[in-house]
Amino acid sequence: MGDLSAISGNLLYAAFFLYLIATFFFGATIRDKKRAKSRTAGNIGISITILGFITQVGYFITRWIASHHAPVSNLFEYTTFFGMMLVFAFIVLYFIYRVDLLGLFALPIALLIIAFASMFPTEISPLVPSLQSHWLYIHVTTASLGQGILSVSFVAGLIYLISQIDQSKTSKHTSWLEFVIYTIAAVVAFIVLSSGFSALNYQSVFQAPIEGQQTEITYQMPAFIGPADGDLVTEGAMQPLIEAPEWMRGEDAAVKLNTFILSLLGGLLLYGVSRLLMRKRVGAFLQPMLRKKVNPELVDEVSYRAVAIGFPVFTLGALIFAMIWAQQAWDRFWGWDPKEVWALITFFFYAAYLHLRLSRGWHGMRSAWLAVGGFGIIMFNLIAVNLVISGLHSYA
Amino acid sequence: MNEITCECGHVNPEGTVLCEACGKPIEGNQHINGNEDKKLLNMRYDGSARRSQTYNRTIVDKVWNFFSSVKVGVWLIVLTLIASAVGTILPQEMYIPPNVDPASHYRDQYGLLGQIYYQLGFHNLFSSWWYMLLIAMIGISIVIASIDRFFPLYKTLKKQKPKRHELFMKKQRIFGVTEADQVDLELYKKNLKKRRFKIYEQDGHILAEKNRFARWGPYVNHIGLIIFLVGSLLRFVPAFYIDDFIWVREGETAMIPGTEGQYYIKNKDFILETYNEDDETDARFKEAIQKQGGPIPKTFQTNAVIYERTDEIIPGKEPELAELKDTQAKMNHPIKFDDFALYQASYQLNEFKEMTFKIHDKGNEDTNYGEFTVDLSDPKNEYTLDSGYRVEIDNYFPEYEMQEGAPVSVSKYPKNPAFVFTLYPPDSQEAETSFLGIGANVDASGENDYKIGLVNFDVRDVTGLTVKKDHTLPLIALGGAIFMIGVIQGMYWNHRRIWLQPKENGVWIAGHTNKNWYALRQEINKVISGTHIQEPRDQYEKKE
Repeated sequence: MGDLSAISGNLLYAAFFLYLIATFFFGATIRDKKRAKSRTAGNIGISITILGFITQVGYFITRWIASHHAPVSNLFEYTTFFGMMLVFAFIVLYFIYRVDLLGLFALPIALLIIAFASMFPTEISPLVPSLQSHWLYIHVTTASLGQGILSVSFVAGLIYLISQIDQSKTSKHTSWLEFVIYTIAAVVAFIVLSSGFSALNYQSVFQAPIEGQQTEITYQMPAFIGPADGDLVTEGAMQPLIEAPEWMRGEDAAVKLNTFILSLLGGLLLYGVSRLLMRKRVGAFLQPMLRKKVNPELVDEVSYRAVAIGFPVFTLGALIFAMIWAQQAWDRFWGWDPKEVWALITFFFYAAYLHLRLSRGWHGMRSAWLAVGGFGIIMFNLIAVNLVISGLHSYA
Repeated sequence: MNEITCECGHVNPEGTVLCEACGKPIEGNQHINGNEDKKLLNMRYDGSARRSQTYNRTIVDKVWNFFSSVKVGVWLIVLTLIASAVGTILPQEMYIPPNVDPASHYRDQYGLLGQIYYQLGFHNLFSSWWYMLLIAMIGISIVIASIDRFFPLYKTLKKQKPKRHELFMKKQRIFGVTEADQVDLELYKKNLKKRRFKIYEQDGHILAEKNRFARWGPYVNHIGLIIFLVGSLLRFVPAFYIDDFIWVREGETAMIPGTEGQYYIKNKDFILETYNEDDETDARFKEAIQKQGGPIPKTFQTNAVIYERTDEIIPGKEPELAELKDTQAKMNHPIKFDDFALYQASYQLNEFKEMTFKIHDKGNEDTNYGEFTVDLSDPKNEYTLDSGYRVEIDNYFPEYEMQEGAPVSVSKYPKNPAFVFTLYPPDSQEAETSFLGIGANVDASGENDYKIGLVNFDVRDVTGLTVKKDHTLPLIALGGAIFMIGVIQGMYWNHRRIWLQPKENGVWIAGHTNKNWYALRQEINKVISGTHIQEPRDQYEKKE
């Protein structure tokens, strides 16, 4: 069995690199000056993407065999699967609309998500009794597929915004777009910092009181923010600059805060250096490359179509299947658990999106911003609700 | 009713924007949909006469118009969304530990924020009157907005004629003029049929339409939502919904609450299994088990027998029970019988069942003046031993804790029992009092001659099961199913219409869809290929 899980891990690596290579081919489509003339780069790109997707399905199946349950039971497995569903949704929409640029943005986002996933514990974990149900994979996979499709809406929205926002002057639009780009930079920083320090085997251990008990707290990054009333145990490690506020609860609260702040600073550094090199807003730098290639109405329709396809899937997986399972496992189909509530918020948000679009004519720019907001909610539900607001679903 | 007769002869109801039959913009009503001379027609609901856009005089009109507005609906959704998010900032009251005072819990755990959260009632946000009101208003809005739109739209699409007014054609978003001597209309119709369009003809005018049913999707899903909400409301009716809880100790038979004494359950055995890294099948989880540090539960299971009472229910009478089923309740696998379901919800391990004590000399543990056994679920007031010693239980603490130097019981479950015994030796008038618990044996006066010591005890597990009867589930499931059908119907199909008008030297062509215009244009291109009809233009001008 050990072999199988090793194979599984290697398949995931392979899929990761295939997506990376495919991204470059989609990037090369920008060079095709005339629209829709040469399809070579795009065709190679989508072929490699499909190959990567099949490879990742291989990872999924082998891991399933090794663990005897669908690998969607912890944060690593779920997030990886989400990345896979994003790629799948991209492939589907690519074949409806044939927009090469979609690949140039969808694949890097999927890559970031998969890389982000592997920052969490990757070992095969057992299922607690409440998770031992067929609904685990029915509910989780459908919900994730829905979120993947909805994320493509964000990708298309982002392309729309980068290509269409008036960059000749600073406006709310340009500032928010820079904020979105900065957020992506912060995620990159988190991945670089986490994997970098873990490759170096960095550790600093503290003794600190948690709920009145002296507990050992381990940092895997330099502790700029130490635990409240903590004493550094590891020799030679950096002394924290400040202590985490006392009202933050939980063993890992200070560690999480430290990681969060470091990622934000790292993102700031990445973003700042980029701006210095580009000598203008990142959005303004990117715009000329996309402008010629982008048909704004088409991209707008892709963004909307992704919501139209993804909303029913999401509702089915994240609400209806979730309710059926909750009824079986916890004797109530709805319990106002934070994860449930955030699924409902996602539902409300896209319901509002659809009403605004279909009945009030919110197209183009406004629709694109909504798509970005929806993705923000999905990410919040994935990350913040699991790591910060704990509840029944915080199995990570 | 001020009916409007169009030049095509069709009689339209008051408030119509575009003639139901020919689509001609009706003079004097164009402001309703914001149509202007130079701009494209607003095709919302096909320009049908909606109550909300026609009347605004009485209170009823005003209420109707308020709730039928999509703007209001979206605001309600957004407000509910924000409120829901606020409800997740801190745990709701149902998720904080039981037996704590919520006011102090929120203050102690979350400081000022917690205090404000509690004071504003956000700890019970989802059952607050204003949250319920928001949901109710969304419900009303769904009903009114749907009625306001569905019926006029349905009638208009039913009455539409292939022959359209020229103005209607010109002001469609997709419009094209073809000037050609020969247009292959037969091929055009063949192409349309191949793409599963329905074709209607009138004096050479051709209307091709497909997927009209997609227009009903929103109304179908709204019906589903309403059924779902009604189902949720019915839970407040006791006949539809019972939610109770029962603790059953191993070996005990207990009446199941909520069944009016009809059903009983016997807990034969409660099983708690944990993952074991040394076990062969669990070995694959070794790393995760080691990392966790503590045991990871694998199974919670109650082996139980369900009984039905067969005799008439008379209070105080010993029931006659007939076995209904011998079964298990596990997580994800509730026991079901009649209309009820029992869910494995909780457990207590190693609750004390019996404790056996002996009386001996204070200084010598080997002496024995007799033993007595206390049944912790039903302790007697006094125990008289064969040797003539008598022990009275002055006080019993099922789960004791020392608080400010005095023992108190924090629950009624014998998890950590303690007693105050008074011992009456046969040969003496002097009673001796002592306090006895696990790891505590205190001589009250300090002058006792005897001592009571624990010699033996028995423990057993207790299972906690939720008792549920829920007749609202079928309704809620129906609502959910209808909602899904409606959403898919509305989202995965597009209503498309293509009009063709014969002209002296060619044809006019116009297209409309409720969504996905790019895809409609692709489809039109396929339909007109080879027919000499020219590709129509998308007249949509970007507003931003």
